[in-house]
Amino acid sequence: MSDLGYDAAHMLGAVVLLMSFALLYQRRLFSLLNVFTMQALALTATAAWQAYSHGEPHLYITALLTLVLKAILIPVALHRIVVKMKIHRTIEPALGIGLTMVAGVSLVTLSILLVLPVTADATALTRENLALSLSVVLLGLLMMISRRNAVSQVVGFMSIENGLILAAVGAAGMPLVVEMSVAFSVMVAFIIFGIFLFHIRERFDTLDMQKIESFRGESD
Amino acid sequence: MGLVVSAIAFLFAVAVAGAAARRLPQASTVVYGGTAATCALIALWAALRLAEGGPDATLVLPVGLPWVQAHLRADALSAVFLIVVNLGGITASLFGWGYERAHHESHGGDQDGHKEGPVLPLYPLFLAGMNMVLIAADAFTFLLSWEFMSLASWLLVLSTHREPDTPKAARLYLLMASFGTACLLLAFGVLATAHGDYSFAAIRAHAPDAGAAALVVVLILLGAGSKAGLVPLHVWLPLAHPAAPSHVSALMSGVMTKVAVYAMIRVLFDLLGEPEWWWGGVTMGFGALTAVMGVLYALMQDDVKRLLAYSTVENIGAIAIALGLALVFKAAHTPVIAALALAAALLHVVNHSLFKSLLFFAAGAMLTATGSRDLNRLGGLIHRMPTTAVLALIGAAAISALPPLNGFVGEWLLFQAILNAPALSEWSLKIEIAVVGAALALATALAGACFVRLYGIAFLGRPRSRAAGEAVEVGRAMRLGMAVPAVLCVVLGVLPTPLIRLFEPALRLLVEAGPFDGRSYQPWFWLAPTSAIGNSYNGLIMLVVIALLSVVLVLGIHRKASDRVRWSIPWGCGFDGPDPAAVTQYTASSFGQPIRRAFGSTVFRARDHVDMPAPGDTRPARLSVTWTDPAWVVVVEPLARAVGWLAEKANRLQFLTIRRYLTLMFLALVVLLVMVAVTQR
Repeated sequence: MSDLGYDAAHMLGAVVLLMSFALLYQRRLFSLLNVFTMQALALTATAAWQAYSHGEPHLYITALLTLVLKAILIPVALHRIVVKMKIHRTIEPALGIGLTMVAGVSLVTLSILLVLPVTADATALTRENLALSLSVVLLGLLMMISRRNAVSQVVGFMSIENGLILAAVGAAGMPLVVEMSVAFSVMVAFIIFGIFLFHIRERFDTLDMQKIESFRGESD
Repeated sequence: MGLVVSAIAFLFAVAVAGAAARRLPQASTVVYGGTAATCALIALWAALRLAEGGPDATLVLPVGLPWVQAHLRADALSAVFLIVVNLGGITASLFGWGYERAHHESHGGDQDGHKEGPVLPLYPLFLAGMNMVLIAADAFTFLLSWEFMSLASWLLVLSTHREPDTPKAARLYLLMASFGTACLLLAFGVLATAHGDYSFAAIRAHAPDAGAAALVVVLILLGAGSKAGLVPLHVWLPLAHPAAPSHVSALMSGVMTKVAVYAMIRVLFDLLGEPEWWWGGVTMGFGALTAVMGVLYALMQDDVKRLLAYSTVENIGAIAIALGLALVFKAAHTPVIAALALAAALLHVVNHSLFKSLLFFAAGAMLTATGSRDLNRLGGLIHRMPTTAVLALIGAAAISALPPLNGFVGEWLLFQAILNAPALSEWSLKIEIAVVGAALALATALAGACFVRLYGIAFLGRPRSRAAGEAVEVGRAMRLGMAVPAVLCVVLGVLPTPLIRLFEPALRLLVEAGPFDGRSYQPWFWLAPTSAIGNSYNGLIMLVVIALLSVVLVLGIHRKASDRVRWSIPWGCGFDGPDPAAVTQYTASSFGQPIRRAFGSTVFRARDHVDMPAPGDTRPARLSVTWTDPAWVVVVEPLARAVGWLAEKANRLQFLTIRRYLTLMFLALVVLLVMVAVTQR
């Protein structure tokens, strides 16, 4: 049982990470949102599996929150924003796939090299999980800086938060209230982002950050 | 020890009282009186401790950083410098009291009286800071007190912020003070790295290895040297010292530089353990450079206070030479000669604090009486201000190292140590000490010329401006403030041996020997240190001989010269005319010209420009002198350019896009993570 539990948790965590990689090279906004939904689903499954295998019922709440917020509410809302703003046909010039993948893989290597020696006395699952979640966080950051569209930057930010939830789920003993507050802060952040996106759109007629930056007064 | 701490606390209380009662007419009396009394108490305590043989007094206060308490300790070395600092504090308080009152009156009552910023609350704080440095016994307390002292003096410099030169001087001073403290911080960091304990006792117990010690020596020479004024880090000193009110200038120049010397001695002789010979060689070399350059700078100044500040640079050079010699002889295991050199250093510290305070007071008196510090606007003051003139003459003669005054004894002891150089085994040192000795002799001679110039132009001749012609003698408090150091200059010059005896505990602490070891007969009026040369000095004989010769000379002149027929020229090139400014007199610039030509044309690129009108033109001819400071060209300007360049580059960071900022943060995060991953191995 414990062997199976370890393998399944490991696999689910790896799926979350895999989805982060998939996010990196999506150029169309709809497919980006779809991949993000899949990442949230994988995260939900991880949380639920941990709740089941460790017998910690409060993780079910985490799973439920993730499912409702990350897998349903946020993607649907973003979807509507994209449709409303008529930017669903935009093809984003992201970094080349090869280059992005190389950067992503080296970030994962870095997090493994970093986490494994530090947590030598923790259980194997915790260690793997921490390495995976740190990778997800770093990949989310990479995504935020390599994208130009505001919507994909929001998605990058949300995937960073997914990484945090993954860590919280893996590390036994994270109190529920922390997860709740993280979830709600993400919700608030999302609302603010949404409002901002509309305002930016109204004002500048684009969501391309590179174009918006040229409006800054002090820039040369 | 509790007495010293409560005295320092009392200084803080006086500062608070001064700040609260700043508008009241009695405020300056309370502040200066309280400060003088407190300083007298501390000085007396230190002298008594030294007379007992300088036992250690320690105290640990539960303040400061958590789990690093404030360690305080007064040993014999601290006691010597406590005397120096507080003696300066007493006389400066006395003088400052009169000075401030005179300035209040001349500025016309109270509403204008506060033109000069808040000196009253800061003045006791400055003295408290210097005292705290001297009794600190852990790196944290030391650096805190050091920075406190720097900032208090910086604010005192800023108290004259309405004068045009002050802001620049204050900015440069703040920069140099920060630089010096940064160097000291790094030095103590290196010293404490091995064991992580910042108390001096722990540092003393664990001598650093050779590389770390070398680093510490360099950092200390940079850090304390920039505060003391070692060339080429002296650039702030002639700007900042004269900018403060005169009694504060006296403290900064005469006393604060000595606190920097204390830091050098504390680290180089005490904390670092057994020295290596090259430490002394480097210290001595920079000392010689400082001495010669300082006096050459001084010779080219027309501003009295700036001249005195440059002369401080020269004297710091002489002290650094003595310290270097002491290090060399300590490394060569000839402790008696090391004690001789160190005694010369400490004696010169005391001497310089006395006569430099005296001369700054005299400059303050001239400023009060005439409103000018420009030599070319003074002159003939000996008739208008006879007491000040006599006291300033004593100061000028003492700083020129004329017997039987104290300056001579200090330099004499220093040369005794230099003459012992053949006892060393290292050939490069023997040659260096010979060169350094020659440089010191040159500097001393030039200092004589410099002060003949200062005294001659300011006090002799005819008034060069209406204000100088109408000067009146300063008040009693100011005269008394000058008289105390003047009397001490004479007493220490005639009877130096008791003072050196008093210092012996400090010498034994640092080099484990006294300068009189191995001499059986040592009367108190005879100065005969143990050395291979066997010279001795007796101030009493010197005094009597000089007095007799003077009497003979005066009588001779009056007998032979007074009753002769006098010849006078019928036309004196306008000198005897009705013009009170007497512009045809010898000026400060013309007095300095030969030396400026001989030394300045290469080192300082000094140039004379004569603007001669064409025949028939009635406008006056003008001579202007330009010179550049090589320290500015070599050190300050490249540094300023580098800082400006860096700032220019960093300025671009201010206008990046959000994504670039995010990228920078991301890269920083990755780099830090990589560092963690690498160091985990």
